[in-house]
Amino acid sequence: MIESSLKELSRNLAEKEISSVELTRAYLDRIASRIATVNALITVDPDTSLAQAQAADERIARGEAQPLTGIPIAHKDLWCAKGWRTTCGSRMLENFVSPYDAHVIERFNNEGAVILGKTNMDEFAMGSSNENSYFGCARNPWNTDRVTGGSSGGSAAAVAAALAPAATGTDTGGSIRQPAALCGVSGLKPTYGRVSRYGMIAFASSLDQGGPMARNAEDLALLLDVMVGFDARDSTSLERPAEAFTRLLDEPLSGLRIGLPKEYFGEGMSTEVRSTVEAGLAEYRKLGATTVDIELPASDLSIAAYYVIAPAEASSNLSRYDGVRYGFRAEEYDDLLDMYCKTRSQGFGTEVKRRILIGTYVLSHGYYDAYYLKAQRIRRLIAQDFTKAFEHCDMIMSPTSPTTAFEIGAKTADPAQMYLSDIYTIAANLAGLPGMSIPCGFDAAGLPVGLQIIGNYFCEAKMLNVAHRYQQHTDWHLKRSPVASS
Amino acid sequence: MDWEIVIGLETHAQLSTESKIFSGASTNFGALPNTQACEVDIALPGVLPVLNIGAVDRAIRFGIAVGAEVNRRSIFARKNYFYPDLPKGYQISQYEIPIVLGGQVNIRVGDSEKTVNLTRAHLEEDAGKSLHENFRDMTGIDLNRAGTPLLEIVTEPDMRSAQEAVEYAKTLHTLVRWIDICDGNMQEGSFRCDANVSVRPKGSTQLGTRREIKNLNSFRFLQRAIEFEAKWQIETLEDGGSITQATVLFDPETGETRQMRTKEDAHDYRYFPDPDLLPLEIDNDWLQRARATLPELPGARQARYQTDLGLSRQDASLLVASRETADYFDATLAALDPADDAGAAKLAANWINGELAAALNRAELELNQSPVSAQALAALLARVLDITLSSKLAREVFEGIWKGEGSVDEIIEKRGLRQISDSGQIEKIVVEVIAANSQQVADYQGGKQKAFNSLVGQVMKASKGKANPAQVNEILKQKLGNP
Repeated sequence: MIESSLKELSRNLAEKEISSVELTRAYLDRIASRIATVNALITVDPDTSLAQAQAADERIARGEAQPLTGIPIAHKDLWCAKGWRTTCGSRMLENFVSPYDAHVIERFNNEGAVILGKTNMDEFAMGSSNENSYFGCARNPWNTDRVTGGSSGGSAAAVAAALAPAATGTDTGGSIRQPAALCGVSGLKPTYGRVSRYGMIAFASSLDQGGPMARNAEDLALLLDVMVGFDARDSTSLERPAEAFTRLLDEPLSGLRIGLPKEYFGEGMSTEVRSTVEAGLAEYRKLGATTVDIELPASDLSIAAYYVIAPAEASSNLSRYDGVRYGFRAEEYDDLLDMYCKTRSQGFGTEVKRRILIGTYVLSHGYYDAYYLKAQRIRRLIAQDFTKAFEHCDMIMSPTSPTTAFEIGAKTADPAQMYLSDIYTIAANLAGLPGMSIPCGFDAAGLPVGLQIIGNYFCEAKMLNVAHRYQQHTDWHLKRSPVASS
Repeated sequence: MDWEIVIGLETHAQLSTESKIFSGASTNFGALPNTQACEVDIALPGVLPVLNIGAVDRAIRFGIAVGAEVNRRSIFARKNYFYPDLPKGYQISQYEIPIVLGGQVNIRVGDSEKTVNLTRAHLEEDAGKSLHENFRDMTGIDLNRAGTPLLEIVTEPDMRSAQEAVEYAKTLHTLVRWIDICDGNMQEGSFRCDANVSVRPKGSTQLGTRREIKNLNSFRFLQRAIEFEAKWQIETLEDGGSITQATVLFDPETGETRQMRTKEDAHDYRYFPDPDLLPLEIDNDWLQRARATLPELPGARQARYQTDLGLSRQDASLLVASRETADYFDATLAALDPADDAGAAKLAANWINGELAAALNRAELELNQSPVSAQALAALLARVLDITLSSKLAREVFEGIWKGEGSVDEIIEKRGLRQISDSGQIEKIVVEVIAANSQQVADYQGGKQKAFNSLVGQVMKASKGKANPAQVNEILKQKLGNP
């Protein structure tokens, strides 16, 4: 059962070979016994989860099941879920219990899925290693001395450790794809505007996008069917005709043109990552695809532009955590200003404060044009690069991350080095394009390597097809981490 | 030295939408604290703003009404600052590209007309309220007002006296109510002004350093605050001092302005486009629809009253002081037959601006609460026009209608107020009066015009005011012959 895909679980539930309560309890038991090993979840609430499972079983009995009815799913702890503590990995929201449901949670609830728990993450989704969590870093199930990647590290670890059959994440600069790569799972960041941001705690509004994380592409498609949909409460939500993301899964790949950006295969990448990704590309050629070299000339500007835009938006988005209405408030203070300063100094961690300062600086009078406006112009250049590239190819592929999972603590002293972990993933966020990561092999240390697939706007179904066909012919996604096998 | 006062106004008009500008919570005034603040208004983690199209409609109507350019594409920006009643830590406003650009408001001060140019008008959300009383050592926060839609209307520094500023504010106040975008309730803060005041030597073309008087919520305070501030600035400069750019508050108790903060400690608001809101795009259709909902504007209405109905400027401008008054006037005329009679228009204007306004004022009622409907007034005026009633008697009938004694004709009957227009009856009284006042008759015939008026008065008195005055005049003259 722990080995099963969502599709299999769905069938098992429908045929009453297993109940949602049994399934949920099995995962809750696994979480209870392994939580100390991987620290993948911040909050579990077995009573609430089992009550949902019970309701799902009744719904199945009535013959009203949807594909994911009764399936337990772990959610990154920045999705607001009514009655659930929603911390965003921060001391600031350590005791915040959401009084409302995010749109995505609402959709999973309507589907009859079970909330299995809330997963660990870098504080306010700022980080690439999950080391910025107030609740301690999640640990990589392949090697618990290694990071999970971030910021959706808890979700990636939960799936990789088989503590959950699937999870949700969010991706602002690679926060779904990079941890998926480092933990050997599949993850997809949809086109910006596909998944409502309502109830998803904001990091950088123009870049944030929620998406699924699971064992394989087919499971991602099933999750996406639930997560994607127009929401009038999010002004950036896109109104599009409904589509089934599973519809193209089995299409053949013959004639598929894969673009390889030369900028994404340059220096800074580990040789093992390079050779593993190239082996993955060779597999695609066997499946009938051709590869073509492409250029994304503005690529070298993407990290710089990202670290202006994302902190700028974050500095403003995080202003609401002021100790006045909810969340953490410093215990002692002299006056209002002192209350603000102490609350925010004590409530936020180092990386969050660093980005608030950067963001405040780049938006300041006299610097705005030089930083923020220039970064926005670069952003348009990056988007144009992709538009041109997609004239020559159908999909773009690259490594997801330049290295495999590094040791916990290895990069914490050097934020700039840490920021380079997202060098291949950031551009898709700046352009608003969909991107995904699938496992494509291992390095000598037995750590997973991720292959990134970037598609054109709204091409998620095709991307899932490209990933699914690969997974039909390879078994990297089926490999079990030591914690999963334990 | 002669000084010139230079004033620009920023007015916050609360738009009359049912719900807030970025959430579905109600905008009703006076509810218990924090009962009209939803998850968006209190800025819970994860919430997002959605623009209320009703607020945009109102801003467009305003733009068209003042002859401004309505931007086809405007941008919402975040104005970042910390304050306990500002839940998100930023206010959503419009900064570089507002919805309304330019425009003009024409005002009249005494006998001269003046055009006040508008710089812009932009949409924004209001903050909540900090309540410093009733909470020992603490501040209460009420977020009911947070997210209320505002249109901030900014003028050029075109006004030169407190009186001009007040006239502008009054004209604007009339206009926003006229086009139904703001209820204009100043006590509830629905219409409030900030005044930028500076002074300079007469003849100078350079602007002096300004100080901004915040949050003036009555025309009287606006007048007093500007007068005090200008006087203070002139005295300061004449004493050799200088003015520092600052924000000040007006204290109605002392009648003085008091400095709050100077430019040095002004915020850097770090404006940037709000990534949660798309640019606001307005197409031709939307503009056309908004235009179609606009009533005839006060300027056009006044011109029509003067040109087509022959009303004086004074009468016409009083009638267009509010849309209710103008509509009442139109309804009265419509109920009168013939309505196009210039006499009827003049009579209706006199009654509405005179008797009715005074009666409402005495009773402290608004026009829409008037016990005398436009139709009832028209029925009354019809009896004046057909000389059933003298104006004096008409006032008595008016009082009857006001008190709910019945229809015009019922009251005339009940109170026995029908004017005597039977010349035989009048002649009889005239004869009696002439007989009883031989001295005045002699005086009149000796050339004293006053004596004639006295005789008319006697006849009116004898008829208990009911005799038709014109007929009385005529018959008296006939009987007395020329002096």
